[in-house]
Amino acid sequence: MTGYLLRRLAFLVVSLVLASIVLFVLLRMLPGDPANALTSVGASPEQIAAARHSIGSDRPLPEQFTHWMGQLATGDLGTSFVSSLPVGPEVVQRLSVTVPLTLSAFVLAVLIAVPAGFVAAYKRRTWYGALLSGVSQLGIAVPVFWLGMILIVVFALNAGWLPSGGFPQDGWSDPAQAIRSLVLPVVTIALVMSASLIRYVRSATLDVLDSDFLRTSRALGSSFGQAMWRHGLRNASVPVISILGIELASTLLGAVVVESVFALPGLGSLLATGIAQHDYPVIQGVLFVSTLAVLLIGFAADLVQRIIDPRLRDRLSGGAR
Amino acid sequence: MNLPKKPLSAGVLTVALAVTLAACGGSGDNNSNGGSGSYDKNATVNIGSLYEPQNLDNTGGGGQGVTEALNGNVYEGLFKLTDDGKVDNLLAKDHKVSGDGLTYTFTLRDGVKFHSGKALTSKDVKYSLEKVIAPDSQSARKSNLEVIKTIDTPDAKTVKVTLKQKSISFVYNLSYVWIINDQAKNLKTTEDGTGPYKLGKWTRGSALGLDRFPGYWGTAATNKQVVFHYYKDATALNNALLTNAVDVVTSEQSPDALDQFKSNQSYKVNDGNSTTKLLLAFNDKAKPFTDVKVRKAVSSAIDDKKLLESVWGGYGKEIGSMVPPTDPWYEDLTKVNAYDPTEAKKLLEEAGYAKGFSFTLDTPNYDPHPTAATFIKSQLAKVGITVKINTITPDEWYTKVYKNHDFSATLQEHVNDRDVVWYGNPDFYWGYDNKQVVKWVEDAEKASSTQQQTDILKKVNRKTAEDAASDWLYLYPQIVVANSKLSGYPLNGLNSQFFAYDIKKG
Repeated sequence: MTGYLLRRLAFLVVSLVLASIVLFVLLRMLPGDPANALTSVGASPEQIAAARHSIGSDRPLPEQFTHWMGQLATGDLGTSFVSSLPVGPEVVQRLSVTVPLTLSAFVLAVLIAVPAGFVAAYKRRTWYGALLSGVSQLGIAVPVFWLGMILIVVFALNAGWLPSGGFPQDGWSDPAQAIRSLVLPVVTIALVMSASLIRYVRSATLDVLDSDFLRTSRALGSSFGQAMWRHGLRNASVPVISILGIELASTLLGAVVVESVFALPGLGSLLATGIAQHDYPVIQGVLFVSTLAVLLIGFAADLVQRIIDPRLRDRLSGGAR
Repeated sequence: MNLPKKPLSAGVLTVALAVTLAACGGSGDNNSNGGSGSYDKNATVNIGSLYEPQNLDNTGGGGQGVTEALNGNVYEGLFKLTDDGKVDNLLAKDHKVSGDGLTYTFTLRDGVKFHSGKALTSKDVKYSLEKVIAPDSQSARKSNLEVIKTIDTPDAKTVKVTLKQKSISFVYNLSYVWIINDQAKNLKTTEDGTGPYKLGKWTRGSALGLDRFPGYWGTAATNKQVVFHYYKDATALNNALLTNAVDVVTSEQSPDALDQFKSNQSYKVNDGNSTTKLLLAFNDKAKPFTDVKVRKAVSSAIDDKKLLESVWGGYGKEIGSMVPPTDPWYEDLTKVNAYDPTEAKKLLEEAGYAKGFSFTLDTPNYDPHPTAATFIKSQLAKVGITVKINTITPDEWYTKVYKNHDFSATLQEHVNDRDVVWYGNPDFYWGYDNKQVVKWVEDAEKASSTQQQTDILKKVNRKTAEDAASDWLYLYPQIVVANSKLSGYPLNGLNSQFFAYDIKKG
C-alpha cells in the first residue's frame, strides 16, 4: 500500500505541474492584454508599457512561469494585477463559501440519491419506482440556474423564509446567518446532482440484482437483505464512488453558475471576475487550487474504491509492480 | 424583449469609459427625493450595486465602483458639483484667479480633519494633486490636470497653482480630485479621507461598509452606517431589493424589472437624468462614412424614438447631439437629422449610393448593443443599406475599434457629461476631423468666462450635429429604485457618484 501511495503522490505532483504549464500557456494565448484593464481608455503607449512592466507581463514567458512556480513553492499565489492584493488570502476567503456549499450539497445529494436510486432499481416495476426514474430523468434536463431561480421565487420572494442571495458580510461569525444564506444554493445543487446520481445508483443496483453472486448467495440460504448487505452494496458502490468523485469535482468547478444566481462571493465568482479583467494571477491561483482539489478528490475516490473492493487493490497494485 | 444581466466584462469596459472618456464630469448632487418626517439616526442603509471597486484607489485603477462608494462619502475634493453642473466649494473656502487666468489661489476650510485625526493642510492638497498627475497614475483626470505647471504652499491654509495655459474647466476638474492625507499608506485597501464616513469592513466580492465619522467637519451623516452590497447579476440585485436585503438600487439596468416595483407601494421608482449616450459611431475617416451625406442619411433612416421605446419602455430621452440636458451648453437638436426615410433615400442618391451599400457594424456583445444593432439593421434595410452585425467582446472593441480604428461603424455607450469635446480630437477613435471644431474646442477651454465657454461649445454642438459626426441614438434613463421608507438619496447619480450621507431611513 505504501508503494501505491508514493506512486499516487508522484502522479499528483507531476499532474499538477503539467496542468500548471497548460494553464499558464493557455491563459497567455487568450486574446486581450491585461495592461488594458490596468490603464484607462486613452492611455499613451508609454503608460501601457509601464503597466506591462509593473505587472511583469513584458518579461519572457519562461521567466514568468518560473517566477510563478517559485512563488507557488513557497505557498504564495501571487498578487492580483488589478487590485494589487495578494491572491492567497482572497482564495481562502472565497473557499470559506465554496467548500461548505459544495460539501453540503454533495452530502445532501448522496443522502437523496442512494436510497432513491436503490428503490428505483429494486421496485422498478411499481409505480413509485417508475416515478423515481422519471423524476430523475427530468432532473437531469433541468438547468441549475433555472431551478435556482424557481427556488428563489418560491422560498425567498413569495414565502420570505430565506434570503434570495448574498452571504453575510461577516462571513461565518454568525453561523446561523451564514447557513441561512446557503440553504437555497445547497438545495439547488443537491437536487440537480442527485438527479444524475439516482440514475447511476439505479443502474449499479440493477447490475447487482441480476448478478450471479447475489443469486448464489440467496441459493445458499441468505435472505435478500443479508445477500445485499454482504455482497450487493459493496459491489454496487464501486462504480458509484468514481461517479461521486467526478460529481464532487465538477460541482466545485461548476459552482460559478449557482454563485452567480445567488450572489455568493465564492471561488467561482472570483474566477469570473479574474477572467473578465485578464487578471492572470487570480485566474491562475483559482485554477491551480481547483486542479489540486480535483486531483485530491480523484485520489480519495480511488482509495475508497480500493478499500471496498479487494480485487481492485490486488489487480492495480499487482499490475503496477 | 428583455435586457437582463450585463456580463462583468461589459461592466469593466463601461468602467473604463466612464472613468475616462469624460474629461470632465457631472455630479450626482444630493437631490433628495422628498422630505421625510421622523427617521432613524442610527440606521444602517443597505445599497445594492453592480459595480464593485477593484481596489480603493481612484488613481490606481479602482474603477467606477470606487467612485460610487467613496467619492463625497469617504473622500472629498476642494470642490463639489451640484446637479445643474454648478461648482460648489467643499474643502476650499474660496479661490482667486489671477488676471491672466494662469494662477489659482485656494484657501482651505478650517477645522477639517482626516479620519486618522491629522488636520488638513495645503501639503495634503499638493500631494493629492501630484498623485493624480504622477507617471504611474491611472486617474481619468490625469490628462486634464497635466495643465498644472507648479503647486506652491505658501502657508498651511493656502495652495497656489500655476497653469501652463488657461483652462476654464480647471476648478470643475478639481471636483474629481480626492484630497488625501500625504502620510497615508496602502490606499488600495485602506483610506484616509475627510468625508462624512470612514471605511468600515470591506469584504471583497461581497460588500463594503462605511461608518459615520464622528469628527466630520460638516453636517454629520443622517445615518450611522451604509453598506454597499455588490451583485454581478441584475436579477439577483432586484431580488435583494424585493426581500429587503438592500434598501436602494443605485442604477436599475433592466426596464423589465420595473413593473414589479412600480405596482408595489413599498417601492419608489425614480426617473432621473443620466449623461450616458448610446452612439452609433461612424468611422468618419473610412468610406462611405467620409461623406457627410451618407452619415446624415443613416441618421435620418433610424427611428430613435422607436428604438428607445423597445429598449427602455417609457424611460430615457431622444438626443440630437453628444450633449445631455445637464451640460450647460445643451440645446435641443433632435430636429437635426430627425427620422425621415424619404430624406435618407434622397441623400443616399445624392451621395451616389442610390442602390444603397453595405457595411459591418461592430457590436459589443452586451446589452443593449445587440438589440440596438438588430433594430438598426432592419431600419437601414428599408433604405437599401445592408448591415452586417459583427458581435465583439469589450476587449476586442478596445483593441480593434478604440486603439486600431479598424472599423466602419460601431455601437458604444459614452457615460460622462461634457463628452462633446472629444469631437475636437481628430485622433479619437471615430476620426471626426473638422479644423473649425478643433479650434472651437481649444478656444472654449481657454475662454475667460463660463459664458464664453458655453457659447463656443454650443457652436461645436450644432456643427457636429449638422455634420452627423455620429448618430446619437438616445440618452439612457437613470433609474434609482428604493424602498419607500428611504429618502434623501441622489436621483441623478451622474458619472457614478452616489452620495449616501443624506439618506434617511424611516
